[in-house]
Amino acid sequence: MSRIGVFVCHCGENIARTVDCAAVAKRLAELPGVAHSVDYKYMCSDPGQALIKQAIAEKGLTGVVVAACSPHMHEKTFRRAVSGAGMNPHFCEMANIREHCSWIHEDRVKATDKATQLASFIVEKVKRNRPLQPIHIPIERRALVIGGGIAGIQASLDIADGNREVVLVEKEPSIGGHMSQLSETFPTLDCSQCILTPRMVETYQHERIRLHTYSEVESVEGYIGNFTVRIRKKSRSIDEEKCNGCGACIQACPNRKSPNEFDTGLGKRTSVYVPFPQAVPNIPVIDRASCLFFRGRAKGAKKDVCKKCEAACGKGAIAFDREDRIIEEKVGAIIIATGYQLYSIGKEQANSAFKGYGEYGYGTIPDVIDGLQFERLASASGPTAGKILRPSDGKEPKRIIFLQCIGSRDPAKGIQFCSKICCMYVAKHTMLYKHKVHGGQATVFFMDIRAAGKGYDEFSRRAIEEDGARYIRGRVSKLERDGEAIKVYGYDTLNGAPVVMDADMVVLATAMVPQTGISTLAQKLSVSYDRYGFINEAHPKLRPVETNTAGIFVAGACQAPRDIPDSVSMASAAAAKVLGLFSNEKLEREPSVAVVNRELCTGCFHCQRVCPYGAIDRFEVKDRKDTLLKTVAEVNKGICQGCGTCQATCPSKSVELEGFTDEQVFAEINALEWTGQGNSGEGGRR
Amino acid sequence: MKIGYYPGCSLSSTGREYNESLQVIAPLLGVTLQEIEDWNCCGASSAHATNRQLSLALAARNLALAETQAIPEVLAPCAACYNRLASARHALAKDTRAFEKTREVLERPEFSNSVRVKTSVEWLRDLAPVIQKKAEETASRSATSPSVKGLKVACYYGCLLVRPPEVTQWPTQWDDPEDPSSMETVVRATGAEPVRWNRRLDCCGAGFSLSRLDSVARLGREILQEAKKAGAQALVVACPLCHVNLDFRQQAIARKAGGEFDLPVFYITELVGLALGASQAQLGLNRHYVRTDSVLERSP
Repeated sequence: MSRIGVFVCHCGENIARTVDCAAVAKRLAELPGVAHSVDYKYMCSDPGQALIKQAIAEKGLTGVVVAACSPHMHEKTFRRAVSGAGMNPHFCEMANIREHCSWIHEDRVKATDKATQLASFIVEKVKRNRPLQPIHIPIERRALVIGGGIAGIQASLDIADGNREVVLVEKEPSIGGHMSQLSETFPTLDCSQCILTPRMVETYQHERIRLHTYSEVESVEGYIGNFTVRIRKKSRSIDEEKCNGCGACIQACPNRKSPNEFDTGLGKRTSVYVPFPQAVPNIPVIDRASCLFFRGRAKGAKKDVCKKCEAACGKGAIAFDREDRIIEEKVGAIIIATGYQLYSIGKEQANSAFKGYGEYGYGTIPDVIDGLQFERLASASGPTAGKILRPSDGKEPKRIIFLQCIGSRDPAKGIQFCSKICCMYVAKHTMLYKHKVHGGQATVFFMDIRAAGKGYDEFSRRAIEEDGARYIRGRVSKLERDGEAIKVYGYDTLNGAPVVMDADMVVLATAMVPQTGISTLAQKLSVSYDRYGFINEAHPKLRPVETNTAGIFVAGACQAPRDIPDSVSMASAAAAKVLGLFSNEKLEREPSVAVVNRELCTGCFHCQRVCPYGAIDRFEVKDRKDTLLKTVAEVNKGICQGCGTCQATCPSKSVELEGFTDEQVFAEINALEWTGQGNSGEGGRR
Repeated sequence: MKIGYYPGCSLSSTGREYNESLQVIAPLLGVTLQEIEDWNCCGASSAHATNRQLSLALAARNLALAETQAIPEVLAPCAACYNRLASARHALAKDTRAFEKTREVLERPEFSNSVRVKTSVEWLRDLAPVIQKKAEETASRSATSPSVKGLKVACYYGCLLVRPPEVTQWPTQWDDPEDPSSMETVVRATGAEPVRWNRRLDCCGAGFSLSRLDSVARLGREILQEAKKAGAQALVVACPLCHVNLDFRQQAIARKAGGEFDLPVFYITELVGLALGASQAQLGLNRHYVRTDSVLERSP
């Protein structure tokens, strides 16, 4: 015979305002199998929990029902409490009489009846509960970090310094990401590469970081603690073991006409190249699309063309025939840190949902550039060696105009969000410009100045007050080429008048959008993303670096527009989460998973087809002579999320969800009518 | 191929040659124009400036007529007509109350707002391959007729052809509202050469042609100057009001600016007509104020 204890919580006034808690406790005391029933103001408080523990000891309870808030809130609290009193925690259940009753009803009499019912059917369930033990799954204590920008670098270093191995995958030939392209950083104006390159080198040299550059994640299988990742190492056409990074091949390459991606197309590079001098690793890549040898071969030339790099290489490291390789890594956790790209303002759009800005003539007026291009012009390692010069004629622009919010905050162009960093980087650009072109005038067209952050507002004020940037609040309707100048047609909304200005150069602060291919990657990882492609966090406030998939975390600008400090904070937070996960040898999981009864299972595998998590395996039942008797379904407890879809689908009723068996659920339903008044004892037994 | 035709008032008055040239090229392109029977004024300017319901009902009646006459697509060559019909269609699709009210006012409960409206630019853009083929055939047949081949023209869209985007680019985006290219596509198909210039989408002053001549003169001057600066020998338009402001007013504008522009202004249909071998008289070019023969009488 069960001896259930019922504990009805007032939750201050939250429940007691609408539900007569004392009456509920009194009525439940009459229910068969209930040995103890009380109410209390705050069950979750220490004295409240003590009440439960005391009752277990004194009354010899076999199960506990706490009628209070949602199990999402306090199930853990109460299960821990009963466990402290020596009871298996799975004999403790909650009846939700707050969210499901007091908060949504007004009639006190009816609400009290309903609360009684809710508690009573949980009592019926607990009578049929079985002791369950937590599941332990082994953890592969290595992490995969996707993306070698500042977020990925920071996360990798933190995990590696926390004594765990990291596999870092970067699709470009070098790590460093966008931060390596920047000239100086706000709000301190310190040189971006000077603060980044030590981190890059540290990453490269770290004994616990395995770096795969020029590589992409091909596929991901498995679950938290046990992922198997296939990585495509794209061929550099260079033997990485032999290459010593001397650069002789680059010197020898006759084709110097390819647009330099690192310089955002402003400069040129050779076909065999390293993206920038401080590249990590310092191993060149042959760009097969522009390389004379590969082009000759593609055209079917009988004799090999060029091959000057091969002749120049003293190490014999040029490997034209090297193909992509697929490698496999086992990891226990994954951090996505794939970063951002700029909204494309050219005619060609990667995503047709984003419509460009034809009125600004980007791509047709050569001196209209975007923010990253300005960074390259201002950077000492850039195409102009740090001089601000116009792409069209190499002259120094005396009048420069910056347009903010190009793409951002413009639903008509497909993007509603604020890109967050542009206000600050435009302020920085005006300062860099003023420091390099002393007699020049910088003008900014803006919607609002959003400079929330430590030292940020001071910084943007400095641009205006000390460096004389002129800020005009309003939008620009179009840019026109007027001889050597660019005519800017705008509207000054504070003056309420149109403005027409001449500029020598115009910089568009374009929106931040996720990298191309983010949705494909997200699908490989089974994590959700928003309509722009930004990875969704598990909770916008309380779980900002976790995704909806256990064991997969997110850091940096692939989750939302982020500046460097934000990206680094997120990366460290994600690394802390990973290290926390890795602090145990085994992962403890709730035992509410499906279990297959092998004797009943007919092997139809309906469950396998409906399982959203791929948790159903096939198991061969054999006799002692190793002859196959039948193949049945088996649940992988590491993957099962306890959704119960298999249980609902199984035609032979041979799958059951622990803690939610058919017997328990039907007992709950049968108890539905019992309110403890008038029909006392009848409904519960029907 | 058949398409509904809504001429509107200007195509029988200030824009007669727009209609004449359209009637010439349609059969050459294998298109039958089916004029909406019993059409009425689109309500441009006066109606939508005074009463929304009236402006919707006037335009919607034409759409309803087209529907009952089994015309799924209507060509509205005048940019103002196009704007009114397309705006009404858009408003009635988005605003159910206005739609119900309009059906009630029109006493046409069966009206379902299913007719699509097209400008002559979109219509010709879709026919560009046909135009190009026929133009090439014409050129090879008669080497002596006036040719537009190599003629440098500035495509002038004006304000209403591609904008506002929520109306003109709905339900399908047929051009970029801030950087359109349809007109250039048609011009290239005729053999003429579109120039890259600045004022393609600016306002010509439109209806202020009568009330505020100063503004129209200033706007027109800038358009003509920019076209000239870009090396254009002629302008191409697809709107009777633009034509009035740039052709009829050109001399007055030039006088004020103290010079001559001498920039003929072609309707896009006239340019296509010339490329297809139609005579200047057939196309109504004799009605222009700025003479067109100077740029046409060149050896091809």
